[in-house]
Amino acid sequence: MAKPTARWTERLEHLDRRIIFLVVAVGILVPLVAPLGLPVTVTEPVQAFRDQIDGLPPGSAVLVSADWDPGSRAELLPATVALFHHLFQRDVRVLIISLWPAGPRMVEQALAEVRGAHTKTYGKDYVNLGFKEGAEVVMVSLGDNLPATFPADYYGTPVSTLPVLRGIKSYKDIAMVITLSAGYPGTKEWVQQVQDRYNMPMISACAGVSAPEYYPYYQAGQLKGLIGGLKASAEYETVLERKGFAVAAMDAQALGHYIIIGFIILGNALYLINKWTNLGARKE
Amino acid sequence: MRSEVPMFITLFFGLFFIISAFIVHPAYKSAAQELNNWTLIIISFAYVLGVINVARIHAKKLEERRPGWAYSVMTLFGMLIMIVFGIFVPARLYGGYETGSLFSWLFDNGQVPMQATMFSLLAFFIASAAFRAFRVRSVTASLLAVTAVIVMAGRVSVGELMWSDFPRFVEWIMGDLQTAGQRAVKIGAALGAVATGLKIILGLERSYFSGE
Repeated sequence: MAKPTARWTERLEHLDRRIIFLVVAVGILVPLVAPLGLPVTVTEPVQAFRDQIDGLPPGSAVLVSADWDPGSRAELLPATVALFHHLFQRDVRVLIISLWPAGPRMVEQALAEVRGAHTKTYGKDYVNLGFKEGAEVVMVSLGDNLPATFPADYYGTPVSTLPVLRGIKSYKDIAMVITLSAGYPGTKEWVQQVQDRYNMPMISACAGVSAPEYYPYYQAGQLKGLIGGLKASAEYETVLERKGFAVAAMDAQALGHYIIIGFIILGNALYLINKWTNLGARKE
Repeated sequence: MRSEVPMFITLFFGLFFIISAFIVHPAYKSAAQELNNWTLIIISFAYVLGVINVARIHAKKLEERRPGWAYSVMTLFGMLIMIVFGIFVPARLYGGYETGSLFSWLFDNGQVPMQATMFSLLAFFIASAAFRAFRVRSVTASLLAVTAVIVMAGRVSVGELMWSDFPRFVEWIMGDLQTAGQRAVKIGAALGAVATGLKIILGLERSYFSGE
């Protein structure tokens, strides 16, 4: 006996995934070529992030931990670039470290985009201290002796010769820790190991996928500000009035999200139609 | 003795670091700092072991001509080039890892785009998986699907075109509703971590040194 032909709704429910890939690719590429100019509303955690940096005392030092790698570049490079612009506008010393092996090169990429716009001097106003293996152990070790934990910067220059680190011994001499986090070790470990133990003001910019995990820390006041994902990075660029890659990429991400939402709705509509049709056929 | 000595070391140092969080005496603090430095040095050696292990596994695969051996050639070649040029070759011959070196060029033009590409592919697979697997089969699955759609809409800019307070509504979902669940997960995980830590320190959990 010939097999009954599947209805068009049943065939559509098993749509070839290459068609889905094509729709997603077109949806992401079109806004990159022809931007839609969608609005960006600044949310409270992002505004708080900005306010915390604006409230730093002149001459104070901040520790930035760039704990991310190329996999999160699209989300965290815009946040890092905007953060460096923001910090370099202010009279603060910036100490940058990384607990991820690829972090220091990503920091260098971000600094390359920022350097031309400011008059800050390497070694005097900011320093890239490079990568140190050890995750939580490094975090705790910084609380006891920062120069001993990072005896030289990324280029091998002894930190004792760098004016930016003069008078900085431990967390006591640092006004705020800013974590740029894409996973482990990242914001969660910084909060657990450093924030409470050293009563350290802390803010975080993280990958979108991690943001839900860090909201409890923001609500509890352990994080004073939070930038979660590309959307929040676009908000940060907007609030700084320095629109960059995040704002430009928001259109593509928005359309990408709506295509996924469209597929969820379509998939469920087909699922319910086929389910009810099959139930009706069985009753007959 | 093979079991007792590692167990005693674990017990001693485990208790030492727990107590160090509560004692502020300079001598004890200084000892804790010294031990932290030891730990950092020991952890750094794990990289050496990692490199040896990767080299051993891929060399064996290559020697036996197992399927995918060509990828092993690329892995070993890439690792060798990065190590040799990053550590041993002088800067005048494009060695080192500063901007302008071969290491930084390969990193910026090889690893960065490749790793970013791998991560970007997620968008395509998520779209395909969302179409096939995100079904409203039950009440809880329906709640999950509806919430996911709302949050996804709110995490991008189009949501506020439909309703100006949409981003704040999504912030409420993220900050209040999901935070309650996250807290429960975190508290559970933290209690589990404390229990596991105590079991290791007290020698009840021994799989880390003997495979028991």
